[in-house]
Amino acid sequence: MRRLLAVALALLLAAPTVAQERLAIAGGRVVTNTGAPVEGGTVLLSGGRVEAVLPAGAAVPEGYRRIDAAGKWVTPGIVAGISQLGAVEVHAVDEANETVARTAPASAALALETGLDPDETAIAVTRIEGVTAAVTAPFPGRTLFAGQGAIISLGEGERAPIRARAFQHVAYGELGSRIAGGSRPAAWAEILNALDEAQRLRTGLVSPMRDQHRDLRVTRDDAEALVPVLTGAQPLLVRVNKAADIRQVLTLRARYPGIRLVLVEATEGWIVADELARANVPVIALGMENLPGRFETVGATMSNVGRMVAAGVKVALGTPDLDASFQPRLLPQYAGNMVAQGRLPGGVGLSWDQAFAAISRAPAEIFGLSDMGRLAAGARADVVIWSGDPLELSSAPEAVFIGGRSQPMESRQTRLARRYLPGQPDTGLPKAWTR
Amino acid sequence: MGRFGVGAVVLAGAALVSACATTGRGGQARGGEAPAAPLSRGVPADTAFASTYRPRPGVPTVIANVTIYDGKGGRVDNGAIRFEGGKVAAIGATVPTEGATVIDGRGKWVTPGIIDVHSHLGNYPSPGVQAHSDGNEVTGPVRSEVWALHAVWPQDPGFARALAGGVTVLHVLPGSANLFGGRGATLKNVPGVTALDMLMPGAPWSLKMACGENPKRVYGSRNQMPGSRMGNVALMRQTWANAEKYRADRAKPGPQFRRDLQMETLADVLEGKILVQNHCYRADEIAMVIGMTREFGYRVSAFHHAVEAYKIAPLLAAEGICAALWADWWGFKMESYDGIRENLPFVHAAGGCAITHSDDAHGIQRLNQETAKALADGRRMGLQIRDEEAWTWIGINAAKALGIADKVGSLEPGKQADVVLWNGDPLSVYSRPEKVWVDGALLHDVTNPRLRPVSDFELGHAGEGDVK
Repeated sequence: MRRLLAVALALLLAAPTVAQERLAIAGGRVVTNTGAPVEGGTVLLSGGRVEAVLPAGAAVPEGYRRIDAAGKWVTPGIVAGISQLGAVEVHAVDEANETVARTAPASAALALETGLDPDETAIAVTRIEGVTAAVTAPFPGRTLFAGQGAIISLGEGERAPIRARAFQHVAYGELGSRIAGGSRPAAWAEILNALDEAQRLRTGLVSPMRDQHRDLRVTRDDAEALVPVLTGAQPLLVRVNKAADIRQVLTLRARYPGIRLVLVEATEGWIVADELARANVPVIALGMENLPGRFETVGATMSNVGRMVAAGVKVALGTPDLDASFQPRLLPQYAGNMVAQGRLPGGVGLSWDQAFAAISRAPAEIFGLSDMGRLAAGARADVVIWSGDPLELSSAPEAVFIGGRSQPMESRQTRLARRYLPGQPDTGLPKAWTR
Repeated sequence: MGRFGVGAVVLAGAALVSACATTGRGGQARGGEAPAAPLSRGVPADTAFASTYRPRPGVPTVIANVTIYDGKGGRVDNGAIRFEGGKVAAIGATVPTEGATVIDGRGKWVTPGIIDVHSHLGNYPSPGVQAHSDGNEVTGPVRSEVWALHAVWPQDPGFARALAGGVTVLHVLPGSANLFGGRGATLKNVPGVTALDMLMPGAPWSLKMACGENPKRVYGSRNQMPGSRMGNVALMRQTWANAEKYRADRAKPGPQFRRDLQMETLADVLEGKILVQNHCYRADEIAMVIGMTREFGYRVSAFHHAVEAYKIAPLLAAEGICAALWADWWGFKMESYDGIRENLPFVHAAGGCAITHSDDAHGIQRLNQETAKALADGRRMGLQIRDEEAWTWIGINAAKALGIADKVGSLEPGKQADVVLWNGDPLSVYSRPEKVWVDGALLHDVTNPRLRPVSDFELGHAGEGDVK
């Protein structure tokens, strides 16, 4: 039995090197994220892309391997709205955590992709739970500017990010205040200081050969790294929670007209939801925050996401800091709770479609990745076959395809679990001899 | 302390310094005044800090046509429950309805109130500012003299959130910075003005102990013992040896005998009056602690955060020690690296006492969901565990670990009427408690905004009284 498993595993692991076959995932409840689900539909995958979603009863064309999904749910892969996937092997082990550089001279110039490891065990742990892509972000260290994050595929063996240097990440609010020296005015001054310096560089007011305009916390490299933020080529993700802080952050748009803001966390976003909608500023929220854990989150409620969406704000769900590197697999649970919130009298939640979009289509759209988070012709062939409703606690992926390739449903955790499954016959050898 | 993070210990230390400076000045000023007349005589600590919890009034209530998970592994489909006078009166296919308010439970579920064996609500409350960081007495690795109860801030909004999640009893523990963290207290989740208003009458105290990374990091970084896992065990053993001596002296107090609060708690453990709740992640370390219990003749009630319990599930079952676990939390530190999603079901399948715990102000709101996830993961590995059986992880097993299984943890006639009516299957992500009774009193009702407690802290703030 073990030998058979080992052979099966070897075949699975070999899958990515096999030439891509054309697949027809047939008969499932297909969540396209572009309209009503297609009951009994067929999803055709070819060349790493979705070729078509066919209605119920359509014949599988010739040349496609048919995968039976009758009674299953077929969805686009989950996209983690914000995470630290690929950057951390063990959170509290400094040598195994690339997200933060507290004593490094550089900040905004840091590019997380240089420290990403696609072989990190959390990638496989997360992939087999249906997460196929992730926004992965550095954390602020010496300055408010954490550096540039990436959007990565969780596909087995995929080495290059989907998009490197996809955004700049900066902290405001209590975290920003602490880093900047102890107050929000200090944090604000530091942000303006850095962006102004980038502005001077961009407009040629500062010769690249000259020293900086005045005594600044931002280095030349960091200022140069912020030029794409000013042009809007790179969105600026601002970690902010308090309603008053959000209003302050929104003023950046008047001062730097090209800037593209995305708010992260925004726990009191519901209080300023109309302003966010008018400003067309999207949010990557945590969703489950409902305690005044800090003074900046006094108004926390699980209705936050529902209220922002109702006001017309585009909202994706992300994973809280400590869990960001190893628990993005819980995003479907968070989304399910957004549905549950709407069923409470006085609570505001999301419809099922909105909730699923918040962990798939919405994060993709926030970053302009229109070929992700949906099942439609031309989309990336990131597809998950679930045993049931993907937001339900009892459901799990039965198969995961990333870029059209079937993924191994194995992780370090599944290996440990198989080794210690109760009721196995005694092999006469210690566990280390069992694989 | 787990979810409160690796950094919280350090913060606690900083908070302590400033707190000492402030209260020191105040103390001196008061010290100059004439002392109050001394009391004629003292009373035992348990009397001095006696519970002032009183069950709130309720009405005889019947919930009928409802699915019941009884908390001890049983299930009644389309059944009914009656409670009155603060106690469960009857449970079964039908129950007498005379004189009772009858609630139609069609499409709904009834369970016992959830018990969380590991919480820091009140001693690491929201907001988590330094001034509120009261869960770790980080001034020495042996601090068995401190009591979590003495630092519980009843205004913590987390209590009301946990109630909305169906939690009716919780055990508040000191953190894990110390080998001997101090006494834990079991509370009824009815936030009062004082912590004594919440203290569950008749529930035993616990002693919080911790092995592993936290104590050796906190003290090793100060060049103090323990600085290694060797030091952890050595200092624990020496302390137990001291406690043995103290216990003997206390039994026959001579003229030199002096009361020592640190030793008093430990001697009470050795006499079986106080239950040990032991933070310990790794299987190898758990086995060492069990060895230590044999050397000094005490028991561990439950190993908490035992991320590797699945590796020694038969040992835990044989020893009759519970394992209080997360469903799937892992990877945050080295000793949590080997977490698997099947930990709870594997411990259960080995015949052990599995408990879903939170250690977290958010997790405590969803212990039903954590249980549901672990149950599904176990089934996918081929284990046959029924829904109602899994509810023992937040029902009777949790009550056993806290020494209160004669009072709560299951729905049986005569037990306290801590009852949750769920708006659907409580193992579904879409379900929430609709009504929660504590000792038969209706204290949370999603259909009635007046039954939505708002702590003093939350008054006048944004979102006061909101659906959270």
